[in-house]
Amino acid sequence: MKHKMLGVINLIHEPDKLERLTQGRCLATVPFGARYRLIDFVLSSMVNSGISNVAVFAHTKYRSLMDHLGSGKHWDLQHRQGGLFVLPPATDDIQDFNRGDLFHFYQHRDYFYRSAQEFVVITRSHMVCNIDFEKVIQHHLEREADITVVCKRQEDLLTGKARRVKLNEDGRIVAIQDHFGRLESDINSMEMYVMRKELLMEIVETSLAQGQDHLVRHAILSRLDKLKVHGYMYEGYLGVVNTLASYYRNSMKLLNPQVWKELFFQPGPIFTKVKDEPPARYLDGSRAVNSLIANGCRIEGTVINSILFRGVHIQKGAVVSNSIIMQNGIIGLNSIVQHSILDKDVRVEGNRDIRGADSSPFLAGKRKII
Amino acid sequence: MGQKEMIAMLLAGGEGKRLGVLTRDLAKPAVYFGGKYRIIDFTLSNCAHSGIDTVGVLTQYQPLDLNRYLGIGSPWGLDRRDGGMTILPPFVKQKGGVWYKGTANAIYQNMSFIERYNPEYVLVISGDHIYKMDYELMLQHHKHTGADVTIAGIEVDWKEAGRFGVMHIDDEDRITAFEEKPKNPTSNIASMGVYIFTWSELQKYLIYDEGNRASSHDFGKDIIPSMMKDGKELYSYPFKGYWKDVGTIESLWEANMDLLADDPPLDLSDSSWRIYSVSPNQPAQRIGAQAEISSSLVTEGCMLEGSVNRSVLFYGVHTAKNSYITESVVMPNVRIGEGARIYRAIIGEGAVIQAGVTIGGPEDDAITVIAVDQFVTSDHLLQEVEHS
Repeated sequence: MKHKMLGVINLIHEPDKLERLTQGRCLATVPFGARYRLIDFVLSSMVNSGISNVAVFAHTKYRSLMDHLGSGKHWDLQHRQGGLFVLPPATDDIQDFNRGDLFHFYQHRDYFYRSAQEFVVITRSHMVCNIDFEKVIQHHLEREADITVVCKRQEDLLTGKARRVKLNEDGRIVAIQDHFGRLESDINSMEMYVMRKELLMEIVETSLAQGQDHLVRHAILSRLDKLKVHGYMYEGYLGVVNTLASYYRNSMKLLNPQVWKELFFQPGPIFTKVKDEPPARYLDGSRAVNSLIANGCRIEGTVINSILFRGVHIQKGAVVSNSIIMQNGIIGLNSIVQHSILDKDVRVEGNRDIRGADSSPFLAGKRKII
Repeated sequence: MGQKEMIAMLLAGGEGKRLGVLTRDLAKPAVYFGGKYRIIDFTLSNCAHSGIDTVGVLTQYQPLDLNRYLGIGSPWGLDRRDGGMTILPPFVKQKGGVWYKGTANAIYQNMSFIERYNPEYVLVISGDHIYKMDYELMLQHHKHTGADVTIAGIEVDWKEAGRFGVMHIDDEDRITAFEEKPKNPTSNIASMGVYIFTWSELQKYLIYDEGNRASSHDFGKDIIPSMMKDGKELYSYPFKGYWKDVGTIESLWEANMDLLADDPPLDLSDSSWRIYSVSPNQPAQRIGAQAEISSSLVTEGCMLEGSVNRSVLFYGVHTAKNSYITESVVMPNVRIGEGARIYRAIIGEGAVIQAGVTIGGPEDDAITVIAVDQFVTSDHLLQEVEHS
């Protein structure tokens, strides 16, 4: 059956306040959860929901994005009808880069017109979740809404920043406010919007004609009274990852077995680029406790409460705790690493002592040698 | 379609009788090995790394899982427009179809496939061995010696030699005698079941052999001896490195254990010779607060709370608290209950070992095999989990 929904992952002006982790890459490709990139969660959710036509609106620093997504085959998005479309800004004028998402949607309007799907779901990449969009569209149709916003009731966002939403008793959204606003609500917007494609195109054109070019800030906020904007309550696990602190705290949350089961398996699996690493090797005398460990790791030392990405090598006598070590990191003989985030290819030589604090983890940029 | 210098014909129809319950519903090349692989991944990865882009896979016995696994060959880079992977099951012809009667007959029945590519050389390999080998180097050797057939040979233990075809060779690697599975071997250079034939020669011998009613249509038993008899140029390509025939429970278990050495004879982490496989798409393994793991291989999707020592764990294995696994191979999605103790076992995919069960014993040298989806309870009543 042909699916009625188009997926749009909107990376235009997605805030990327992850310090050195987003220095050379966009937020969507920040490594997360021992073997994934942030974008994998929403992309896999779309695929698992039967969406077979996905556009990723790239904005800046998208080399890593192109490399990661490739042809889309790892998400089963390489096929004749639909598939994956990566759409970087289409403009000659450098000024246009700063314009809002509606402008960029307009620049690529042919993509929308050419797709046969009737509905569109627009998302960001930094909402780490595993969601069935089929249920969202069902809800959208049942409520006869114009726009449905996916929401999550959660008091503590672990320092992640999200817009807050107020609903009336019918589930209609009466107010949306930026994260710094004073709205008293524990309902957060997951920045996922379902609507008819026609409505989106209309919004794009009328907003741009009025000099407004931001989807949420301008178009949706100003239409809350005119359009039926409803909230859909998502019940699964949500991690809002858009600051360094929220990155660290949400990563550590994955060590909880319940979260591990929920986020990675329910309702569907999370896909990522396949690397063909062998199984992890634990050598004699190694010790691993309460940790997430990816394939290709070689563990000779001790790992406690930590996340090791693919191909990490913990040498003899080294002790890694409460840390995140990204792909191909090496922790040298007898070194101590605590409360740290080491980006890809970081090498800690022997007998080093690196300690961050729980509230402010130590961060080492890509390929650094310590 | 362009001419190919060499294409590969991969014999994957083996029933693997000696693997018992592990091959009850599965062709031998599809048997799990090494934490995330199937046996056939090794030969397919060898092809990928040797620059071979056209592979015919000959299937026969229990092909369903194997076919599903192979798909269109994408994980091994064999989803090509020109060439790529083609699965070749026995098929019905105008004069009626027949099963593959032997290894040579399987190739004979697919001569038209080979002719489409009009290759100069044909590599014949099988999907039941674990090794890493550059077939390109072997082809160079074949061309250099001007052989009609080159057979890869490896020195094996004298007491093992009788299980293989053994070769006598001279100083120039020329094969002077060949015996298939001799009772009293007089050489310990074993044929690895890896052949490069000059296609025009092989073609002649396949046709001749097909007409010979006395033949069992087997490469080792028929084709090679008759080429030998006719004075053809037979050479051996000396292979140095790890090679293991995993056709028995013992050898399958041993080959898995070989991976656990500090400096394993077969290095899976060599980034220049990755072993490709179908990704099971599992999250990183979760090692619990009370887990103790040493000298083991553990794969993504595992959730471990117990102890694991000198073992190979495939993806999606869950172990409960106070469980203990040693010297074992645990295949995908197995569940190990609280306090269960497992010594020297091969646990089939999806099996459930209930709390408190003991399999094998510290003093017991025998290898216990638990079948796929078997449910093992504490009073040792073995029931099969019903397929839902």
